[in-house]
Amino acid sequence: MKKLSARRRHPLAALVVLLFALVASGGLYAAFAPAEKAQADSSAQSLAIDEGKRLFAVGCSSCHGLNGQGSSMGPSLVGVGSAAVDFQVGTGRMPAQQPGAQVPRKKGIYSQAEIDQLAAFVASLGPGPVTPTQEQYTATETDAISKGGELFRTNCSQCHNFAGAGGALTQGKFAPSLENVDPKHIYEAMQTGPQNMPSFPDTTMPEKQKQEIVAFVRYQANEAPNPGGLSLGSLGPVTEGLFGWIFGLGVLIAVAIWVAAHTTKAKKS
Amino acid sequence: MSQDMSDDKLPQAHGAGEGHGEVAAADNPFADPGLPPHEPRRTDIDERAAKRAERQVSLLFIVSMLATVGFIASYVAIDPAKIVYIFPLGHISALNFALGMTLGVALFCIGAGAVHWARTLMSDVELPAERHPIEADDEVRADVIQQFKTGAGESGFGRRKMIRNTLIGSMALVPLSGVVLLRDLGPLPGTSLDTTAWKEATPTTPIRLINVNTNLPMKAEDIAVGSLTFAKPGPSALRPDGLQESDEDFQQVIAKSALMLIRIQPSDIKDAKSAALGFEGVLAYSKICTHVGCPISLYEQQTHHALCPCHQSTFDLSDGARVIFGPAGHPLPQLKITTDASGYLIATQDFDLPVGPSFWERNA
Repeated sequence: MKKLSARRRHPLAALVVLLFALVASGGLYAAFAPAEKAQADSSAQSLAIDEGKRLFAVGCSSCHGLNGQGSSMGPSLVGVGSAAVDFQVGTGRMPAQQPGAQVPRKKGIYSQAEIDQLAAFVASLGPGPVTPTQEQYTATETDAISKGGELFRTNCSQCHNFAGAGGALTQGKFAPSLENVDPKHIYEAMQTGPQNMPSFPDTTMPEKQKQEIVAFVRYQANEAPNPGGLSLGSLGPVTEGLFGWIFGLGVLIAVAIWVAAHTTKAKKS
Repeated sequence: MSQDMSDDKLPQAHGAGEGHGEVAAADNPFADPGLPPHEPRRTDIDERAAKRAERQVSLLFIVSMLATVGFIASYVAIDPAKIVYIFPLGHISALNFALGMTLGVALFCIGAGAVHWARTLMSDVELPAERHPIEADDEVRADVIQQFKTGAGESGFGRRKMIRNTLIGSMALVPLSGVVLLRDLGPLPGTSLDTTAWKEATPTTPIRLINVNTNLPMKAEDIAVGSLTFAKPGPSALRPDGLQESDEDFQQVIAKSALMLIRIQPSDIKDAKSAALGFEGVLAYSKICTHVGCPISLYEQQTHHALCPCHQSTFDLSDGARVIFGPAGHPLPQLKITTDASGYLIATQDFDLPVGPSFWERNA
């Protein structure tokens, strides 16, 4: 103790005491401070938004504006929600390759993690439809497919064709085929109404009905049998008529020629 | 060749003495070459070959009969809902496949048998037939004309004008009986096409707009900009339960009353009258094309164009459903809507124009 008291007037004594105090208070704080889980989450969220903003500035801002406010090249993204971003970027429609009547589906260039970051940034611009979870777009009831078929015929078949094969619209626009479309993207399309498709919000078509439609579209694309054999693309009278004229009549003509060429009277000269 | 061959079945020398082919080509390059000499088929000269061909034809006909029996049997026996896997075709209806295959085989074998019969067993000896003018000679014609004149003179048809004119009149009127028979096909629509189920509504008993998907009434805020919703008439004085799919006349009623609801930013609505018929940008248009009455709801939410899938009539829903392309003659009728005290969308009157295509008794 003598050593300690002998040096209490040393010029560095105050610094040593200060250090002790700092270590003690810091250590006590670390030991007793409440663990804040929520804070960790929101920092991850804000990290995603920051990262999304960076991706947005590189890939999207030339058309949609630096803050997603829109420009003459692309619409405002305020309020479109994360579901719209997940659909447009997830199906490769965005970033668009070129201007035109319709932006077609193509191979995506962003990973799902990057899409989520972009979606987080766009969702932060204004409230909008949220990317659905798997429970939201997966129907569990056994009669979902038949109910979905009825809803599909009422709401979707006029543009997308009775079997979801797609169809033409005005001036180069078209309703794409629903075959090989991810269930999540079908659900998001109904939620957000991409391009010229009208939206079917939960207020007029509740979540459960969207699930049923998704179930029907997947069944139609993957499992539905073709009672007549060849479906010919399920496009209706055009392909069926073409098949009948070319193959049906063609075979008959070929048989007629064969019969005529093989009578005993036919001479090869 | 076999011993069945007898001399009288062997080919005989053709040409000489038959009036054909005897002119030497050297004398006249354009001479009638005549028919080539007849060549017998194997079945003409070989009795065993002929028997074999006969059996083949019969076999084809028997296969056809069996296939027809199979057709009837599969029609009776196979469950229409049965789905089977058949290699190149995939999962298909067993009944469709069986019916198509058996009927195809039955018809094909009849045709194949007939062709085989004609080619192997029926006589194939050429028979030339000279072509002659088909008109009668002058003598016969003069006789017929004389007979006609005599008959006409005896009937007095040319002299007795009254008989002639009444005959023409009666002949002209006979086809009208056919028109009357066709009239039997049904009463003209009369005024039944002028009104829809929305008609029953009055300001005191309005009809709510019922969402076809959920069977529930809708509020204006349920209809989002860019969305598309279909509605049917709700409970009214004449129909206390509203229109139900189980109703006997559901198809007739919905065919006229089907409604599509969209919402456009009020500033984007070009037609002031159309904006006034709607409610805060919610517009209710008839779903029935005014060309030939197809259900038309290919709505493009960015251009506000609605397209008819049948003949590509295109309507601009932001401009009072004006026709901008296609054969439709007039705009889609719009329903005047508002909200009731509870905020639900209601219709208070019928369409101002008859819905759907033109018809004889249409007054607008």
